[in-house]
Amino acid sequence: MSKLTPVLSANWDDKDSFTIEGYKRAGGYQAVTKALAMEPDAVITMIKDSGLRGRGGAGFPTGSKWGFIPQGDNKEHYLVVNADESEPGTCKDTPLLLANPHVLIEGIIIGSYAIRANHAFIYLRGEIVHVYRRVQQAIEDAYKAGLLGKNIGGKGFDLELTLHAGAGAYICGEETALLDSLEGFRGQPRLRPPFPAIAGLYAKPTVVNNVESIASVPAIIKNGVEWFQTMGTEKSKGFTLYSLSGHVNNPGQFEAPLGITLREILELAGGVRTGHKLKFWTPGGSSTPMFTDEHLDIPLDYEGVSAAGSMLGTKALQIFDETTCVVRATLRWCEFYKHESCGKCTPCREGTWWLVQMLQDLEDGKGTEADLTKLLDLCDNIAGRSFCALADGAVAPIISSLKYFRDEYLEHQRNGGCPFDPVASTLFKTVGA
Amino acid sequence: MTPEQALLETQAAVEMITVVIDGFEVTVPKGTLVIRAAEKLGIQIPRFCDHPLLEPAGACRQCLVDIEINGRAFPKPQASCTIPVENNMIVKTQLTSPVAEKAQAGIMEFLLINHPLDCPVCDKGGECPLQNQAMSAGRPESRFEGVKRTFEKPVSISSQVLLDRERCVLCARCTRFSEQIAGDPFITLIERGALQQVGIYEEDPFESYYSGNTVQICPVGALTGASYRFRARPFDLVSVDSACEHCASGCAMRTDIRRGKTLRRLAGDDSSVNEEWNCDKGRWAFKYLTSRERVASPMIRGEDGELHEASWPEAIAFAAAGLKGKRAGVLVGGRATVEDAYGYSKFARVALGTNDIDFRSRPHSDEESSFLSSVVLGLKTTYKDIDKADQVVLLGFEPEEESPIVFLRIYKQLRKRALAVISDAPVASRGSVKLKAQLVSDISSISGLTSKSVILVGERLGEKVGALSAAVDLAEKSGAKLAWIPRRAGERGAIASGAIATLLPGGRPVSQASARVDVAAAWAVDSLPANPGRSTSEILHALIVNNLDAVVIGGVDPLDISNTALSQLLNSFVVSLEITHSAVTAVADVVLPVAAVIEKSGSFQDWQGSARTFEKAIADSLSRSDVRILSMIADEMGTPINLPTVAATAREIAALGNWDGAAISFEKTSTVKTLATEEKMNLTSWRLLLDLGTLQDGETNLAGTARKATARISKTKAEKLGVNEGELISISSDLGSLKLPVEISEMSDNEIWVPRNSIDSQVIANLGFVNGQVTVVKA
Repeated sequence: MSKLTPVLSANWDDKDSFTIEGYKRAGGYQAVTKALAMEPDAVITMIKDSGLRGRGGAGFPTGSKWGFIPQGDNKEHYLVVNADESEPGTCKDTPLLLANPHVLIEGIIIGSYAIRANHAFIYLRGEIVHVYRRVQQAIEDAYKAGLLGKNIGGKGFDLELTLHAGAGAYICGEETALLDSLEGFRGQPRLRPPFPAIAGLYAKPTVVNNVESIASVPAIIKNGVEWFQTMGTEKSKGFTLYSLSGHVNNPGQFEAPLGITLREILELAGGVRTGHKLKFWTPGGSSTPMFTDEHLDIPLDYEGVSAAGSMLGTKALQIFDETTCVVRATLRWCEFYKHESCGKCTPCREGTWWLVQMLQDLEDGKGTEADLTKLLDLCDNIAGRSFCALADGAVAPIISSLKYFRDEYLEHQRNGGCPFDPVASTLFKTVGA
Repeated sequence: MTPEQALLETQAAVEMITVVIDGFEVTVPKGTLVIRAAEKLGIQIPRFCDHPLLEPAGACRQCLVDIEINGRAFPKPQASCTIPVENNMIVKTQLTSPVAEKAQAGIMEFLLINHPLDCPVCDKGGECPLQNQAMSAGRPESRFEGVKRTFEKPVSISSQVLLDRERCVLCARCTRFSEQIAGDPFITLIERGALQQVGIYEEDPFESYYSGNTVQICPVGALTGASYRFRARPFDLVSVDSACEHCASGCAMRTDIRRGKTLRRLAGDDSSVNEEWNCDKGRWAFKYLTSRERVASPMIRGEDGELHEASWPEAIAFAAAGLKGKRAGVLVGGRATVEDAYGYSKFARVALGTNDIDFRSRPHSDEESSFLSSVVLGLKTTYKDIDKADQVVLLGFEPEEESPIVFLRIYKQLRKRALAVISDAPVASRGSVKLKAQLVSDISSISGLTSKSVILVGERLGEKVGALSAAVDLAEKSGAKLAWIPRRAGERGAIASGAIATLLPGGRPVSQASARVDVAAAWAVDSLPANPGRSTSEILHALIVNNLDAVVIGGVDPLDISNTALSQLLNSFVVSLEITHSAVTAVADVVLPVAAVIEKSGSFQDWQGSARTFEKAIADSLSRSDVRILSMIADEMGTPINLPTVAATAREIAALGNWDGAAISFEKTSTVKTLATEEKMNLTSWRLLLDLGTLQDGETNLAGTARKATARISKTKAEKLGVNEGELISISSDLGSLKLPVEISEMSDNEIWVPRNSIDSQVIANLGFVNGQVTVVKA
């Protein structure tokens, strides 16, 4: 029996899955009709009841977030979709938008209707220009079909949808930095409170949701809460996209119920690179503490991963086999966070600057055991001390790799350099693997 | 309601919150930030980005503390500069929480890894919050063994502010100040990560009138003033509290002296006036003293027509002989201290026996004389009234250019609660744009004012016939509060001291016999002159038609009055009391050197009428205040005024007190409309804050940020003249002309505006008047 539950990805194999016709043929835009016939509050209640949790990483209940928007306040409300997918290893929103942009648009219409927003925004990672073009076309088609604009479906609901391309900053995936960037400012996290639900975009009540969260809404409306709850675990309901990458035979997106294990997904993906064995992996992108082969049977839901000391995050399963140097991988990630630190707060800005230099020394075999103590102490001074969660993500791979592979760090010193052949871990390797 | 009841009511209106910090209870108003509540207990939480007058940023993370509310602890330490107190809150700072202590030590270590530690050569070394807090919260030796971030240094972000990027801790105080306080967001943080830095918009440099404050609030040595950089170490300086002599805003100042020389001036703290800010002119324009030739000793004009050095007794005797028994007048500049102005006032009445005295070295009118001697001293409007105003009306007044701290106060309320501002200017200045001022062409068209409204009248309103009368009418009709804000620091004090023909000291009308008797008794003289005195222009006219023989002049630039004023002095006996050689000393018969503000004590009255007293910054200066010299001349003339020192003068002023009789009534004048013809345009001008004013002499870094002179006309007019933005036009009157580049602005087609005293645009010298009809053609 296949463990997969394709919903968002059900029509990805269709040649025209990304067109409005293709989407409609697969049952698309039926949920919006149903939703517009409901009271907005009933839509919010339904999403609350379904137990849908944010798919962007934090897992906050989507319906509750919608419920925070003050109603009857005579202010504009905004729905902003966070499509700034930039976390190393995370590749779920990008393929979803490429293959099925209309499911997001349908979700946006329903979500905006529920929170009484007449203008919604998609903040898209700027580098993925091909996705930008495709989503832009989908929006134009939706306007032509009367699904966006004035008096949608003759129900008196107006909605404008604006697609905005970011300029290449990871920090703009942080929701308040995203709002600043969307307003035309330089993206840096805002002080909270006020929270976006009270003063978000242009200081108006705003919901910021991940692409996948919003895209999951039409299916819930269409098929009902009970159907949604047949999937998943007690507190983590429904289906979700797991993206598998790295040393696996068939990488890609796997849509399955929350709570599936890596062992099960790996089976579906044809296993770890043939002839190799699993060394370590991330459950939800590089900012979630790494796991090893001990953790193959952990249920990949919010609670299961958390109980094992990591976070479900974006469900970006990066697989590393035994040819990979964990120090080198950690250094690469840390370099990413140093490059992407916005500079606003001290621990992140200065801390990542320092960590990279220390990790480089360790990778080069110039570190000592005392350096490992210092490294952990620095991580302790960064984690939980910074303005936003970026720095927490930066130290997560360091702390977790030291937890599981401390001796490998020391081996670098004993060896006078990295004991691994970097070529061996590449997928294009010719020798040494 | 008794004052006690009122106080209780105010306290009840503010909800008070009690929190426990490090085991001590403290009760503070709701909304107080934790870091501020801790200060009340004397608990100093280290900080960099926090500033009580700026909005919280939470950027540096130095002030992390542990917080618990209703028994629930935050999972991680919180920035105490961003969190308001709540009931049942328990705060543990570095003093009681090991977690907070380690968090703070960690942040301090991070701040230092990329900091150059060049304290021995840094201007800030010795007064540096980073240095101080590193000593208290840092580790003795760094654990950082890597490579520090480096930058090319320094970058000049304006001609007066330099930036050493590698020293910057990116607290964003400077950028927040510029945006939130000054409304000049010309600097911002650019780039990211450790390479983040303060940057300017290349097409719009950091030309803010308030840029010096960023240097003062920088918690490290990243921003330095070009004029002070590498000049001194803080521990070699002697700091003296002083008052600013540049305008009537009334800023508290701090003057830093080393071995008799002013090295720098800083904004002082006065929450009721300038808070902690000042303008760049007040901060940096102090080199006028040394820039031009200082009058080193008394000088007498010899038979050869040249000035020759003389001894004090010689010069005093020469001056006294030239004045005794002569018909003489007195011209006091608007920059005299209260005590000096009192000296001139008493000297005119007692030694010269005349009411021919005027402090107005600027265009003036009889309507204004009446306004100044009847209305001004009774005005009680203060900065607090601006804070509470429902509307602010600006008449003949550009606060950013003419009284910059008044501008900051209005701007603060604009940001806080969108305070409505109305201005009678013919064109929106940059200040008006920032204040979102609604421009009106006619005072009589202003309506909707209440008793909470504030009308701020500038000295320029007196230049328009009937305008002061209209302003007083407006205030009387609406019950709005009125204030008169002159440009110069000494003007309000000069009125109070009687340095004007119509008033004796303390607001006593010359026309009232009882007032004259009052003062005569206090001064121990038989009587005081009763005949009406002359104004500045009348004194100058009297000199040329030989109705006066002599004149005593202190601190007057004739070109501030008219382009003929200097020539009117030529055939009279001129006694000049001056700091540096000037146009007046060039024609004077005797020149007596006087002390500048930093060399003497005294006081100014700001526009509110509050005294701004200051002590000698240079303790051992040999220069004397004007009043001392006048007293010596009076002695020599045999008509003593008995004012041997500033302190004695201040005591006499206090003893004399204010007039408690009826004030003179204001004789209103009706408005006269001047309609421009097709050929002529109405010229309006005002001075820019940074211009050719003599007190800005010698400070080239400051001058570098002055706004360029342009002539502002409407688009339609420009099209009619056939000129584009930036092209030159020629503006001429019967007396002369000037050429300026055009700046197309939203204004009426027959109006033209030019700066009054800027490079290429000295209106009095070039056109012979400040407002009037001019012919404009393409140059």
